[in-house]
Amino acid sequence: MTVFEQTDSFDRKSDYPISELDLLVKSNEPVNHEYRQLILAAPADLLDRCRAGQFFHLLCPQTADHRPFLRRPMSIYGFYPQSGELHFLFKVTGTGTRALATLQPGDRLSVAGPLGKPFEIEDSWQHLVLVARGVGLATLAPLALEAHRLDRKLTAICSARHRDYLLSIDYFKDLGADVIAITDAEGTSDVDHLERLLEDLVQQGKADVFYTCGSNRILTLLKKIGKRHSIPGQIALEQQMACGLGMCHCCVRPFEQNGQIVNLRVCREGPVFDLQAALAW
Amino acid sequence: MVDLSVDIGGLKLINPIMPASGTFSEELAEVFDLERLGAHVTKTITRDWRNGNPTPRVCEISGSMLNSIGIPSKGIQAFLENTIPFYRQYAAPLVVSISGNTADEFAALCADISVDGVDAIEVNISCPNIEEDGKAYAIRPSTTYEVMRKLRKATDLPLWAKLTPNTGETPEVARAAEEGGADALVVANTILSMAIDIDSRKPRLGNLMGGLSGPCLKPISLRMAYQCAKATNIPVIGCGGVSTAEDVIEYLIAGASAVQVGTASFLNPTAMIRIVDELVAWMVRNDVSSMDELIGSINDGEQSEGLVFMESAP
Ligand SMILES: Cc1cc2nc3c(=O)[nH]c(=O)nc-3n(C[C@H](O)[C@H](O)[C@H](O)COP(=O)(O)OP(=O)(O)OC[C@H]3O[C@@H](n4cnc5c(N)ncnc54)[C@H](O)[C@@H]3O)c2cc1C
Ligand SMILES: Cc1cc2nc3c(=O)[nH]c(=O)nc-3n(C[C@H](O)[C@H](O)[C@H](O)COP(=O)(O)O)c2cc1C
Ligand code: FES
Repeated sequence: MTVFEQTDSFDRKSDYPISELDLLVKSNEPVNHEYRQLILAAPADLLDRCRAGQFFHLLCPQTADHRPFLRRPMSIYGFYPQSGELHFLFKVTGTGTRALATLQPGDRLSVAGPLGKPFEIEDSWQHLVLVARGVGLATLAPLALEAHRLDRKLTAICSARHRDYLLSIDYFKDLGADVIAITDAEGTSDVDHLERLLEDLVQQGKADVFYTCGSNRILTLLKKIGKRHSIPGQIALEQQMACGLGMCHCCVRPFEQNGQIVNLRVCREGPVFDLQAALAW
Repeated sequence: MVDLSVDIGGLKLINPIMPASGTFSEELAEVFDLERLGAHVTKTITRDWRNGNPTPRVCEISGSMLNSIGIPSKGIQAFLENTIPFYRQYAAPLVVSISGNTADEFAALCADISVDGVDAIEVNISCPNIEEDGKAYAIRPSTTYEVMRKLRKATDLPLWAKLTPNTGETPEVARAAEEGGADALVVANTILSMAIDIDSRKPRLGNLMGGLSGPCLKPISLRMAYQCAKATNIPVIGCGGVSTAEDVIEYLIAGASAVQVGTASFLNPTAMIRIVDELVAWMVRNDVSSMDELIGSINDGEQSEGLVFMESAP
């Protein structure tokens, strides 16, 4: 098998689809022990360019305790041109996100974006199935809004360690989605149970496409079911980034394309990829 | 009116700001007008497909970063078909960075890449030379001279030699590059470094070691740029840790005729055009009207060669 890295080519641009902007923090509230929701005031022309599945690269602030150097990639959790708001949902894990957690209303945050390839919803995909775990919900939430706008049926299977960590359930419900919550604590999140749930949806004709993000177990399962029933799928993946634009090639992951293993840039060819091309890690 | 233009061995640049190889690509055209840059410098390519190194390929350290990207390359064919035509839409000169595992392979690529649309060739002689146990050509004056001679014979285009800080013989290597036929020196590449996660005790880069870039590198590259400008009669292009107009001015005063900006573009994609604007503002404020008033204007008194070309800290 040959291994190579792929890039694409462009025409000269006269308008600039990607912006670097200092935005005002409107709020930055905890939603539970681990997660916070960050709301920024953003100009409409920026929000008009946002699509579900895309991300921004955030220059986290320097604080007395935390000095992140590189930007941090963060999915668009919500974008609302009418109210002029850009939302992020983030898990506080290390240096960058701890620094991000210190932002107060009135502070400014430098964002670069919108970046990357969004989710696609083809015309023939009437019944969408979304399987999300943990902070993956942040990435998939705007897809639910888009499905609602396009008048598609949506089933959201939300997985978490415990009910307390199930995010966005009400958000999905409000958008008219069928929500199925599964948790480790209740013993409902294991692969066998998830497989039965998904097979049921397939039998009922309620699965034209699968959407998911970043869990190895879920990826492997969805690939198997997708192959079995010829159901397409898309997955949003993560990788450490430096430039976020496609310049540095640090964010590559291996994918299978036409029988070859190719390294693709998560920031540029992704973060949304074809489910069957994605490789478990 | 301030005049930002500089002359790099006959090549005219509208301003002294250009990207560093490996930190720039066509994608940046989606952020700002690339015509505002002094030149365009592409990521180092090799003749054939190359895969690059295992991930993680970058890690951040306090105030800077390490990378071990390697040189994933699409190969020369894809470069000729896609990359060169893309940059042809711009008047800014195109500088193509190349490397090769052996001096002959390097020279052959240099000849094949000397095509219409390319305005200068930056030879990344800081990459490993297989014939010398993987040591970079630019670590030693002898290997620098040999490879530069072969490269010089392979092209009529301006040749820029990119030096490495991983040498103890900076002035000698710079002179060897000049004697071998370099038209300019790019000073410099990243310095070999390492970082370890103390919890897992694992190296933080997939490739074990990598190159340090960003603000921490600047004093080292600046010292080298100064030494190279003193040691040779060809233009020096400073590279390492530039993120503000003040950094550019410091390099120019040390003797550089232009600078390359790398890591700063990762933190701020618009860094290079912001630096150009800041540079104009600084010149107006300080009543400086041309780059010549800055280049090599260092007040270093009558220092002895022993001091200028020192290769150890006092
Ligand atoms: C496209 C994309 C979208 C994302 N969306 C979200 C989101 O909506 N909400 C959320 O909570 N998290 C999201 N992440 C993960 C988020 O970027 C990381 O949690 C964050 O970078 C961690 O930074 P840190 O400094 O707190 O952690 P540290 O562990 O201190 O980070 C060290 C380095 O590793 C990188 N890194 C660590 N974990 C990840 C990771 N999972 N993915 C990529 N880089 C990582 C950091 O960026 C940093 O460069 C997303 C990642 C990607 C690639
Ligand atoms: C991610 C990354 C990739 C790089 N790739 C190359 C390369 O392909 N060829 C090269 O000559 N230098 C390469 N460099 C080195 C830069 O061109 C530059 O010499 C170095 O980063 C110092 O400048 P800076 O501090 O402004 O980043 C790379 C640097 C980085 C950070
Ligand atoms: S982060 Fe630089 S190429 Fe993806």
